[in-house]
Amino acid sequence: MGELRLMKGNEAVAEAAIRAGCDGYFGYPITPQSEVMEYLMAEKPHERTGMVVLQAESEVASINMLYGGAGTGKMVMTSSSSPGISLMQEGISYMAGAELPALVVNIVRGGPGLGTIQPSQADYFQAVKGGGHGDYKMIVLAPASVQEMCDHTKLGFELAFKYRNPVMILSDGAIGQMMEKVMLFDPIPRRSDEEVIKQNPWAATGKPANREHIIITSLDLDPAGQEKVNLKLQAKYRKMEENEVRYETLGCEDAEYLLVAFGLSARICQKSMDLARAKGIKVGLFRPITLFPFPSRSINELGRKVKGMLVVEMNAGQMIEDVRLSVGCNIKIEHFGRFGGIIPTPDEVVKALETQIIGG
Amino acid sequence: MEEPFVKTEIRKDENIVYKRTCFLVDRPLSYCPGCGHGVVHRMLMETLEEMNIQQQTIGVSPVGCSVLAYDFMNVDMLGAAHGRAPALATAIKRMWPDKFVFTYQGDGDLAAIGTAETIHACNRGENFTIIFINNGIYGMTGGQMAPTTLPGMRSSTSPYGRDVLTMGYPLKITELIAHLPGVNYVTRQAVHTPSHVRKTKKAIRKAFEIQKEKKGITFIEVVSNCNSGWKMTPVQSNKWMEENMFPFYPLGDIKVDGKLVEKKETVEKE
Repeated sequence: MGELRLMKGNEAVAEAAIRAGCDGYFGYPITPQSEVMEYLMAEKPHERTGMVVLQAESEVASINMLYGGAGTGKMVMTSSSSPGISLMQEGISYMAGAELPALVVNIVRGGPGLGTIQPSQADYFQAVKGGGHGDYKMIVLAPASVQEMCDHTKLGFELAFKYRNPVMILSDGAIGQMMEKVMLFDPIPRRSDEEVIKQNPWAATGKPANREHIIITSLDLDPAGQEKVNLKLQAKYRKMEENEVRYETLGCEDAEYLLVAFGLSARICQKSMDLARAKGIKVGLFRPITLFPFPSRSINELGRKVKGMLVVEMNAGQMIEDVRLSVGCNIKIEHFGRFGGIIPTPDEVVKALETQIIGG
Repeated sequence: MEEPFVKTEIRKDENIVYKRTCFLVDRPLSYCPGCGHGVVHRMLMETLEEMNIQQQTIGVSPVGCSVLAYDFMNVDMLGAAHGRAPALATAIKRMWPDKFVFTYQGDGDLAAIGTAETIHACNRGENFTIIFINNGIYGMTGGQMAPTTLPGMRSSTSPYGRDVLTMGYPLKITELIAHLPGVNYVTRQAVHTPSHVRKTKKAIRKAFEIQKEKKGITFIEVVSNCNSGWKMTPVQSNKWMEENMFPFYPLGDIKVDGKLVEKKETVEKE
């Protein structure tokens, strides 16, 4: 079962999309994620599964193609990198408002502005706090390996349809570009048109005589109606918080100190943990896998056991706000980060732990 | 109180010569009295009824006066973000290649904020139909200058008339689109007289027949009045449209069967 391959993270996303039964990919080239569409085009998914791959004229067009495809009940996705994802924010907000399922992959690069093409985690706020307008949330998955790039693609589609909501994979240029072995799951056939119609009674699939016409929109001009829409969305987000929190702990059982990190930073922190433990420092690693919903309860519980936490991010301090909110202010919680495309070394992290948390 | 004017005794099947198509939802339209939108809605929906393709049709409404078109058109509809209807329609058609797909857009939506989506969908030769209502003004937001506002024409953001030197020229996007190889049929029509209404309906039918054969984009511009935005009575606005809009936006076919129509110098007037 499955198939073991050596792949780039971006390629794993593309291959997983075909295998997950994705119906349509709409995208625009941008470094460091262009391999997703390149791989898809080379693979001829139209012949393999009937999946449509379309190069749009812009990220604005891609995300609105996604809106159109998702509105008809099909399984659709796009991928981009930070500046392109910024252009997509309006469309993501519309999809959240209209309750449409879709997968958006962000292979983050350093910013602000055109920034750099090197990896970064500076889009945490944009992804988790709602980068577009209005009160909405996306489920945000943070893969830390090529294997998870593959697995989260499949999971992302499942969660998108489970909640009728856009889901984002928040990765970065390093995981997108690096090659690792990956166990690919067995292909799932694409749903037939009849299955799409049957499984998505909310979707615009053509009005038969025996049902009302479907309207896919995020507009309700009546404030009472729009408040109702918002309350319904908020109830959905609370359900995600109850059911979809995912995280990983490493060496937390006897830990006196904690490293908290997601994605690539967590990979670096694994090595830092080994280095620190070799020095006799009892340190554990807490890795949120879902950034929304955030694993607040688990971090809070660990916060009562440890003396301090170092939040390691490739940004100027974003997730640390959620960590502090989760834990409260009884223990020392500090941030260590490099940005602009610089990847911190394991030694740097250990030094930061020693100076900012243990000695600080 | 006065009795409503209902002569029930003449309501017999044999007396009915015209009625609302069931493809229009039975509810009051949100358009100003005198506006052309309602007529175009009706022609479009009558065409779908005559072709019997309710279950095969998915429409996209824009942002603008016709933002609520999905409330009136009794087919499955998606409401697009401003200007993005052709992007939605592209994906809908690619996902459901055997459905009929149309967008219904105003001039601000199609020729300003959505220019890129319009041109690229046309250039890819997507197999859907674009209905483009050009009234030279942003109606819903209260009469601001549009990309198609005529030189010298007054609007709330060109209160002394459109000065082309500082505000740019009106965009003849329909002529622009006609030159793209992915486009099969381009025509410019109007709905201010019964004969124009009939021609518009014929054009819509032609567009949907071409769509059935998947021969590329079909594009119907309807030059329409905006009596509220132009600050005129409906009758005045139609006269003004004939005298000012039609010379700049001449009616008639621009591209048929993928070939540009020879330019005629005569301006159609009725």
